[in-house]
Amino acid sequence: MKLRFAALATAAVMAAGPAMADLVVPNLSYRTGPYAANGNQYADGFNDYFTLLNERDGGIGGQKIQVPECETAYNTEKGVECYESTKGNGALVYNPLSTGITYQLIPKVTADGIPMYTPGYGRTSAKDGAVFPWVFNAPANYWDGASVSVKYLLDQNNGSLEGKKIALIYHNSAFGKEPIRTLQELGKKHGFTLTELPVEPPGQEQKSQWLQIRRDKPDYVLMWGWGVMNQAAIQEAANIRFPMENFIGVWWSGGEVDVLPAGAGANGYKSLTFNGVGQDYPYYEQLKQYVIDPGKASQGGPSIGSAVYSRGMYAALVIAEAIRKAQELAGTSEITPAQLRDGFEALNITEERMAELGLPNFGQPIVLSCANHGGEGQGRVQQWNAETKTWSLVSEFATPDAEVLEPLIQADAQAFAAENSITPATCN
Amino acid sequence: MEQLLYVSEIVVNGLMTGVMYALVALGFVLIYKASGVFNYAQGVMALFAAMTLVGIQQGQVPFAHLINALTGMHVSNFGWNVPAVLAIALTAGVMVLLAIAIQKLVLQHLVGQEPIILFMATLGLAYFLEGLGDVMWGADVKTLDVGLPQGISDAAEALTARLTGYGFFIDRLDIWAAIIATALVAALVAFSQYTKQGRAMRAVADDHQAALSVGISLKFVWIMVWSIAGFVALVAGIMWGTKSGVQFSLSLIALKALPVLMLGGFTSIPGAIVGGLIIGVGEKLFEYFVGPMIGGATETWFAYVLALGFLVFRPQGLFGERIIERV
Amino acid sequence: MIYREAGDFKTTYQADNQTFPLRLDRMGYYAILAVAFLVIPFVISDYWATSVMVPFLIYAIAALGLNILVGYAGQVSLGTGGFMAVGAYATYKLTTMFPDVSILIHVIVSGLVTALVGMLFGLPSLRIKGFYLAVATLAAQFFLIWLFNKVPWFYNYSASGQITMPERTVLGQIVTGPATPAWAKYLVCLTFAVALAWLARNLTRGTIGRKWMAIRDMDIAAEIIGVNPLTAKLTAFGVSSFLIGIAGALFFSIYLGAAEASEAFGINKSFLVLFMVIIGGLGSIFGSFAGAAFMVLLPVFLKNVLSGSLGWPTDLAAHIELMIVGALIVFFLIVEPHGLARLWRLTKEKLRLWPFPH
Repeated sequence: MKLRFAALATAAVMAAGPAMADLVVPNLSYRTGPYAANGNQYADGFNDYFTLLNERDGGIGGQKIQVPECETAYNTEKGVECYESTKGNGALVYNPLSTGITYQLIPKVTADGIPMYTPGYGRTSAKDGAVFPWVFNAPANYWDGASVSVKYLLDQNNGSLEGKKIALIYHNSAFGKEPIRTLQELGKKHGFTLTELPVEPPGQEQKSQWLQIRRDKPDYVLMWGWGVMNQAAIQEAANIRFPMENFIGVWWSGGEVDVLPAGAGANGYKSLTFNGVGQDYPYYEQLKQYVIDPGKASQGGPSIGSAVYSRGMYAALVIAEAIRKAQELAGTSEITPAQLRDGFEALNITEERMAELGLPNFGQPIVLSCANHGGEGQGRVQQWNAETKTWSLVSEFATPDAEVLEPLIQADAQAFAAENSITPATCN
Repeated sequence: MEQLLYVSEIVVNGLMTGVMYALVALGFVLIYKASGVFNYAQGVMALFAAMTLVGIQQGQVPFAHLINALTGMHVSNFGWNVPAVLAIALTAGVMVLLAIAIQKLVLQHLVGQEPIILFMATLGLAYFLEGLGDVMWGADVKTLDVGLPQGISDAAEALTARLTGYGFFIDRLDIWAAIIATALVAALVAFSQYTKQGRAMRAVADDHQAALSVGISLKFVWIMVWSIAGFVALVAGIMWGTKSGVQFSLSLIALKALPVLMLGGFTSIPGAIVGGLIIGVGEKLFEYFVGPMIGGATETWFAYVLALGFLVFRPQGLFGERIIERV
Repeated sequence: MIYREAGDFKTTYQADNQTFPLRLDRMGYYAILAVAFLVIPFVISDYWATSVMVPFLIYAIAALGLNILVGYAGQVSLGTGGFMAVGAYATYKLTTMFPDVSILIHVIVSGLVTALVGMLFGLPSLRIKGFYLAVATLAAQFFLIWLFNKVPWFYNYSASGQITMPERTVLGQIVTGPATPAWAKYLVCLTFAVALAWLARNLTRGTIGRKWMAIRDMDIAAEIIGVNPLTAKLTAFGVSSFLIGIAGALFFSIYLGAAEASEAFGINKSFLVLFMVIIGGLGSIFGSFAGAAFMVLLPVFLKNVLSGSLGWPTDLAAHIELMIVGALIVFFLIVEPHGLARLWRLTKEKLRLWPFPH
């Protein structure tokens, strides 16, 4: 029984392998489990972008792109299984959309020499390309996010947060704890007090936290949430009539699904973002012509243009640009993961290039180098309008406070290097 | 003085949260009492019921994705909206069908097995229902709106402000939950005390063999109990779904209900209510007083430790039947 | 004809008391061990090691541990994930504190630490029984996870609360960290699994195992005939947690390499291991291995068939996979509530008569 089982499994694994000549960009997605709603949209955006390239341009540099999807259910073990099962097929880059899986894969991709791209999540100090040569987290990371939100609040308060009270409500996990240190440092610098309110995942029940917010009346509430925690928090904030314009979530707390359940109560809620939302870009005309109308949209395209979908698309875009760059540098269209890494390090996406791609004013320019794998880390703020059910951008891109972040990133990267006896590469 | 007011606000809110927990626990108790099955799938049943309710209300085509994938069609919506009351009735009907299916396909074949086997079977059932719900209605977050009000109750705030000088926060949804839970328990008690079927249910709960020998159909009673539990799951699903949207995490409220059960006793309906209230208040107060000292987010485990503490003194829960063992 | 229990005569007590008294059994196990130690390490690929064999062996150890508690001593526990976390964090703390001591010793010490914690959380079992105990062990599950998440000392004050396994060697060969070859991971896990299975088998057929079984069958009756419930229950918790702790330690150090308490050792892990025990067969060493193999292989197999070979959309495949796993579990419990171990026993019965059934 066991033998036959094993034989069948092998056969299945063999059958699953794609043709070797194509560019393989696995999509480690999650469409089940507690975070399925977000994972679905992200994966769709990711898939659709590559479908468009394949349909319209015949891939990149004449090479079709294969996007084998593998379900992780936001579970690290399944993530590792997905990694192992896809890496043999010539996978070029991984984008697991899970901080937990990212931590798991950092040592593995480093040993195997495959780049990993974690836009807006994952390990912040991976920005230090000398210590993490294979990991890229442009355009922004969590510490950038924390700094940008404080910057935004500074702008709102004529440059001073002296004596203000800021509460941070966070997902009690690796992801949620990321901004704490940065915010503490920023609190020292700008003189605001920080209250930390952990919410144990999944986080449907947050009454204690919000009663405390109601009592303490902080001036602002920041949120690092994911999944049901977002919906519950926004609902509770509406319930206690917390002024929604003073409630700012990180980008992962800024999807349509997060605000819709709270209905009109969510009006005015803000969140960070590093990409544009909505379908008002020329890109979508092309998408309609080549992908949607022929019925090739991932899942039938229920979430096209949503915030999380746009982010998935953006991730695919950056990867595609890196592949293009790598092909240019290597002088061949059949690139290897190592060549793709060079492509990432030479990446330069300008605003003109974005406009060419049909996404003007969608994201920030991204310039990476050997030392800097994280880009500028800019972010902006979007606000929810419950009546029209749309996000609108309410601030320009702001640059994070490098003076505070740099030493933190250095310290964390050094600690990682020391713990794992890595000699940082020299970047010139 | 101010401290006292805060604490009383927390207590009131803890009680309200406790009612929400009790709603979930109630379903467990009903099934455990009548059939001795510790039904872990109760949480997933709440999720499934809420998903079905939203699906029916919004006129979604069930299994749309599967149909599309298999036939290449593009169906998603019937294009009608069903009024809330009718949708709730239809969902209740679906839950009855589910109960019949569970009885015919699962329980009937497991009669007389050890409790742990039955428990594992309900875990399998939970997996199955989770997948089924997703295949039927899709895995996205759904907004559930059956017209229940939400947000701070102005009346309660004004009243407490006048009485004490500090306006309490009380969620209108919680008030409704309390009313609905009371009505539900009253209806259950009336049903089990004054109807023939209710008496049959109690007889089965007391002693399967004896009930069989006086001519009560176990099959019928079990279907009935699972249907009622399905209905209770629907109510819990509506309440929690209104609060934070209908999505997978809704099924995890089962974990919130377990300490309630432990505390109240697996076999007692009043136990579920009282247990819920104690847990609700206990965890909120602990979070308020002790939480800040030890880093917060204590609510997940404190309920269990509290229940464990009670159990050491009363191993059958507060209202559970006394465990009598004979050699 | 093929499988015979008769005609195997012993002349010494030692021969009669050995781990596998039947010659045929013994030969079979030696053959399996020979293949496992001498053949598989040379042919194993990265994918098979990390996705199938290593998790299988580690889960088998955990299932073995839980089986001692649930199957032999009759105490239902849902705290497995929490105890595995204890093993994992103990290894992490030990190996970062004493980097020069062999990792194998750390793993064993982590098992001992977990045994202590397990005994502590086993204390309520003296008062609480059945499902009440099962739910009570959830207190251990949630509390331990919270603790590892909250106290920065456990994760060496790293910014995100993740623990990462540094590189360690055994006899000059790297066994942890990303540079570990597939066969090394496999061999370490295999060695532990074989040694612990041998330990479990001999414990369960000795005095202590008989005490556990007496407690399981009826604890009051056991007490009357002179079994001390305190020591019996606590040793069961201790031994079980020891195995589970080692499983947790290997899970973190060899298999995952990095972990976060709430993610890697959540309540799902507890349920998963309990499934393995039930599907494999309560109170059976072989069953623990069979159950672990079943629960590890099934999802991998289904995933590859549904989305790989049949080419279904992954989300649909994932949802249907859940339905199939659920339905299969229910189906298994219906057709064979005593698990795969019972099927194995039936096979042996058949083999005894085959090819001449009467």
